[in-house]
Formats: sequence, structure tokens, C-alpha cells
Amino acid sequence: MGSAVFKGGIHPDYHKEITASMAVSKMKAPSTVVIPLQQHIGAPCEPLDGIEEGVRVKMGQKIADSSGFVSAPIHASVSGTIKTIGAYNHPLGRPVKAITIESDEQEEWDEKVKPPGNIDDLSPDDLRKIIREAGIVGLGGATFPAHVKLSPPPEKKIDCVVINGAECEPYLTADHRIMLEKPEEIIYGLKLMIKALGAEKGVIGIEENKADAISVMEQAVAGEENITVAPLHTKYPQGAEKMLILVTTGRKVPSGGLPLDIGVVNHNVGTAVAITNAVREGKPLIERVVTITGSGINKPANLLIRVGTLVSDVIEVCGGLKEDTRKLITGGPMMGLAQPNADMPVIKGTSGILALTDQDVYIAESSPCIRCAKCVEACPVQLLPTSIAQAAEHDLFKKAEKLHAMDCFECGCCSYVCPSKIPLTQWIRVAKAEIAKANKK
Amino acid sequence: MDNNKMVVSSSPHIRSIESVQSVMTDVLIALFPAALMAVLLFGYQALITMVISVATAMLAEALWLRKRDIYSDGSAAVTGLLFAMVLPPSPPWWLVVVGAASAIIIGKQVFGGIGYNIFNPALVGRAVVVMSWGGHLVGRVWSQPQPFAFTADISAVTTATPLSGQEEALAVSLTNLFIGSAPGCLGETSALALLLGAAWLFYKGHIDLRIPGGFIGVVFVMGAVFGGGFYGGALTTGLFHVLAGGVMLGALFMATDMVTTPVTTKGKLIFGIGCGIITMMIRLWGTSPEGVTYAILLMNAVTPIIDNFTVPQQFGGVKKSA
Repeated sequence: MGSAVFKGGIHPDYHKEITASMAVSKMKAPSTVVIPLQQHIGAPCEPLDGIEEGVRVKMGQKIADSSGFVSAPIHASVSGTIKTIGAYNHPLGRPVKAITIESDEQEEWDEKVKPPGNIDDLSPDDLRKIIREAGIVGLGGATFPAHVKLSPPPEKKIDCVVINGAECEPYLTADHRIMLEKPEEIIYGLKLMIKALGAEKGVIGIEENKADAISVMEQAVAGEENITVAPLHTKYPQGAEKMLILVTTGRKVPSGGLPLDIGVVNHNVGTAVAITNAVREGKPLIERVVTITGSGINKPANLLIRVGTLVSDVIEVCGGLKEDTRKLITGGPMMGLAQPNADMPVIKGTSGILALTDQDVYIAESSPCIRCAKCVEACPVQLLPTSIAQAAEHDLFKKAEKLHAMDCFECGCCSYVCPSKIPLTQWIRVAKAEIAKANKK
Repeated sequence: MDNNKMVVSSSPHIRSIESVQSVMTDVLIALFPAALMAVLLFGYQALITMVISVATAMLAEALWLRKRDIYSDGSAAVTGLLFAMVLPPSPPWWLVVVGAASAIIIGKQVFGGIGYNIFNPALVGRAVVVMSWGGHLVGRVWSQPQPFAFTADISAVTTATPLSGQEEALAVSLTNLFIGSAPGCLGETSALALLLGAAWLFYKGHIDLRIPGGFIGVVFVMGAVFGGGFYGGALTTGLFHVLAGGVMLGALFMATDMVTTPVTTKGKLIFGIGCGIITMMIRLWGTSPEGVTYAILLMNAVTPIIDNFTVPQQFGGVKKSA
């Protein structure tokens, strides 16, 4: 096996064994869900007409939408009565307007949730419309609306769809389980994407530490002429868009450009399954697979969770947190977000809930840079993290921009390897924010 | 759940276990073969020199920083040991003390301490003692190695180093130069021991082969081309220049000092090549028999410029046409 390699990257402890062998189980819908109106990159949604406090909604019913193109509608994930509409804690930091629904435990589907008819008759435009209406966003964590990626400008010819099954974040196993349990849905979703884009081929990239997933997917693509499985080296951030596309297609996304500039569209395995569910059964995106893991979780698991389920409810189902838990993260340990508490909902982009105890939480004072250049070696986009961080520290944002700070996608490799424990990624984030601010003026 | 105890910080949330201390300790481990070889070749006096130097360096740093933790990040011990290695095996004790203290204070702390120094501290220390008490480091002051004679007084028999002239050079075989049985600085004589240590640093990912590769490569080529072939032919003369004197110690342990060398990959190669060229210019056409110290110090001085001109092309970036 073996594949092309990208420069840089790191080999952290993966800790995937905690949950890798646990089949996805369905978490019982909670009595209350809190559904934020912004769960995607793009314009926030507003409640639809008639969606007000006290109104009964059904499962899968569209409750909020936006007229913006880069946006994705929001659906009720349980049937029940709307209790409140107002700001609520959100995993991305600031409170966001959310619709709180009290479940009536009827699990009654909305009438509109039904198969759209003969799939072969659907045009690319029909597919995009179905995917948009289903509220599907990138489930790897970036939450970019899926239909937007499937609507390239006419001058950009897309020939290849890359499916991301790398799951390079340590601890997380949600995508791994999806590949083991839903291979047919992934391939079907990929074919729908190929059709929507008028592309020629598809490739599914999977890290070699998931050998079972590779063989399951290889069996699933047997007989498919234009779809291949690409085993990838186990190296973080193998699943980052630019790295994944490089190693699976040999093409480099240009600096400041998009995959569609080089004829590629890239989607996560979970997104492929969501697209299959939407097109085959008319089901909107109201649940997702989440890995709940880490040294602080009593009963780690891979759970299929309704969007809007409070993290605290999920943790309770998983036996609660251990006494010495010091950090609660939504997402993975490299790019996930540390949360002050568990009082916030699981959203479409929540791939993991990670709880770390004292011994796994790193709190160290940083010391001066010793110019060891380990960050330079680790950077997958060939930046000089220490130089950018230094520039940021001294408010030299023009210099940071010249050092290509805007090319950083915040994978965290530089901070990870730094022996001086300098929060390099954080400094580069500061630089990026300042550069963006300056360029807006 | 007690919400107040949760730590909120910017990602990534996991870090490698490597620290400045672990890196420096790895360097000390890497210097162990050379230190051991020094004791085997030059006996107890070499051991005393190293102990004085390391102790002085650590003490000078602890006093300057008013810290009780004398080992701390380990960088002072590294500087102390490296300084001892560029001294004759049995210099006067006060020379070691002054040099090691200068290395730490003038070479490092006045610039702001670890990470901020421009020049390799150990070589600054050496430059200070060479300029001040050159009589102890230049000329026929070099002890003849006395292998496995731990208690021997090596200062009794002194000679010149192989680099001082053709006659001295021809008196030493390449094998002896490789193993280390030749007069020279305490830690520089054994290429074998230095290579062993460097292999450890390479294995741990602490050094990039471009610096020693460029340095040693250029020394070999220039030695072969311009060396006059006096040492049995062009290639053997090239090898002689690599193995004699401080090239191996300098290339593997001084020019790879992280703080004072470029961070860019291209810059590292340029740095190594520059060190090699300056070393050989001094050796072949200068007045001094050896040029490693000043080659590295000079290249240290231009390191920021090298870094500025070798910013790598970012992923997916295109070269700007000027």
C-alpha cells in the first residue's frame, strides 16, 4: 500500500482504541432539544413564519431558513412543542439564537419527509435542491453547506470527488464507524455527488490505522469503475482538505484558492451518508454520529445523536464525567474547542465530545523560542510558524501577512511540537484576525 | 459537574512531551561518547576540565538569573560541556572558569538569555580565551593522547596539532584521526564518538542533516581541490581536512546549535556551506591553522539575514515574478 505524502505533519498518540471497536448506538432522543439557528458557515437562519413559542412541530420539519445562498436550513430533531426561542450557549463561543423544543416522545415525522421518487430521474439541480432543503453541511466539522460545494461556477469543471475518511484527529472514531457500518450509503452518496457535479471519478481516502475500514470500503467499491479507495499514511493532518486532495489526486490547492480551482470537490464520509439519506428517504439532517471519549468520560461511546441534544445529556448517557476532568472539548484534541461547561447543544458539526482529566490536560508556561525549527518541519503548508508568531507578538501584522499567515488553517501541529510550549497556533490566529481586519478597511 | 474547574484554552489541546529540558538533555547524551573518549585519551585532566567548565557554566547562569534550579533547562550544562570540548585537555583551571562564565554571560545572558543569543555561547567563550590567553591555545601546547592512562599527566608531552603543518599532518594516520588518537581539543579529536552522538540527535529529530552535510561536504571538496594533495592524494587530503581539527565537532554540535542557526531548510544548507567555505579559507589561505570557530561565529552573525531570504514557498503558492 502506501500513498503519496504531504510535507510536515505530526504523529500524536491517537487513543482511538478507546472507542474504535464500539458500534454506533442510537442515543434516545432527549426530552428537550436546543437547536441553534446557526450551525453552518454562512448566513444565520431565522425562524420560519408560524414557528413561535407554543407551536407544535414534527420531527424533520423545517423550522428555520435563510435567503442567503451560503446557508443551510434547520429542522426539528424531535416532535414536540416549541418552548422558547432565544439566545443559548453555542459550541462556537458566543450565544446564538436557538429554538428549544420539548419533545412529546411521539417521534412523529413531518409529512414532507418522504422519498422524492425515482432517483434516476433527478437532475443535478434537483439533487442540489434536495441536499439544500435537507440542511446538509460538512459533517467533518467545518460545516460548510454541502449544496454550495456541489454548485461550482460553470467555468470550473469538476472531475473528481474526494471523500474524506481519513479521520486524522486523535480520539475520534465516528467516521471510522460510519465506514464500517454504512459503506453502501457512503458509495451511494458519492455517486450522487459525482452526478450532481458531472464529475468523472471518486476517491475515498482512509488512513492506514483503520485497516478494517479500508477493506470494508474496498469491498464496497468492488465493481465500481470510477471509484477507488486510497489507503493513506497515518499522519496528522492527513484529513485536512489540502493534504487529502494532494495525496489522493496529486493536485495542489493553490494558496488562497479552493479545491474547485483544481477540479476537485471534497466531502466527509458522514456528509455522504447524510446526502444518501436525504435523496433516498427525504430525511433532513437531524442527527449525527458523535464520538464521546477521553480519559474523563466514564463510558466512552460512538452515539447517533439528535442535533440539539445538550452535551450535558450526552455525558449523562455516557456515565458522567470523572471527578478530575479538567477539560471538555467539542471536536478533536487538535482543532476542537474547549468549553467552559456542558450546557450547550450538539450541533451538525460536532464530531466528538472529548473530556480530559488532569493528567491529560497540558498547562505549562511557555519559555522563549529556541529556534529548533520543529514547527517549521511540522507545518503542512510550509510556513514559518515561529516567525509569524513572533511578528504577531510584536504587532507586526504586515510582516505576518508577508510570511503567508493567511495560509495557515490552524491544524495545531506547530503548537503540538513546540518544546518551548509556545502557543504558536494561537498567535497565528491573532495575526490572521488582525490581517483580515486590516484588509477589510 | 463543577463548571468552574474546566480549563478553556485555544487548540491544540494536546502537546508533545518534548521540552527544552528534554532537548538539552538529549544533546548532553549525544555528547557523552565524545566526553568518554576524551577521558580515555587524555585521562583525568580532561575529566577535571569538563567538570569545571560544566559547573562554572551552570553556576554562572543560576547566579545571573538568581535561580536555585541549577540544571534548569539544561542549556547551561550543554554550553559548559561544549566549551570544555573546544579547549586543550588540560588548560589552567582559571582559564576554564573565565571562559565558561564568559560563554554564559557574554555569549548568552547579555542578549536576553536562552533563545535570544546571536552567537554560539561556547564559541564566544573560546574566542574570549583565545584572544586573552592565546599562549595556552596556540602553538606547540597540545597534549599527546595517552589512551587508557587515566592518571597520566598528559601536559608533560606536548606537540602541535595535525593542522599546524604538513610534517605534523603526515605524522597522523586517517584511522587515528577517525578514532581520535591525535592531539587536539579535548572533545574534537574523535570523529567516531562525535558521529555516534550526532546519530542520536538525528534519531531524536533535533538536528537537520543539511547543516553538517553542507559544512563537511564543502570542507571535503575544498580540501580535495585546493589542499594540494599533500596527504597522499586529493581525496585523502580532503578527508584529512574533514577529520583533523574541529570540523566534526563544529559541524555536528556547534553549527547545529538551534538558537544561532537558521530555521528555514534552505537556510540551513546555506549556513552549512558558508561554514565550510570560511573554515577552509582560513585554513588554506589564512594565518591561523584552524578556522572552525570563526567560521561558525561569522555565519551566526548572518543567520537572521539568511532566514529573511529563504522564506519557503507556502503550500500551493506561486513564486512572485520580481
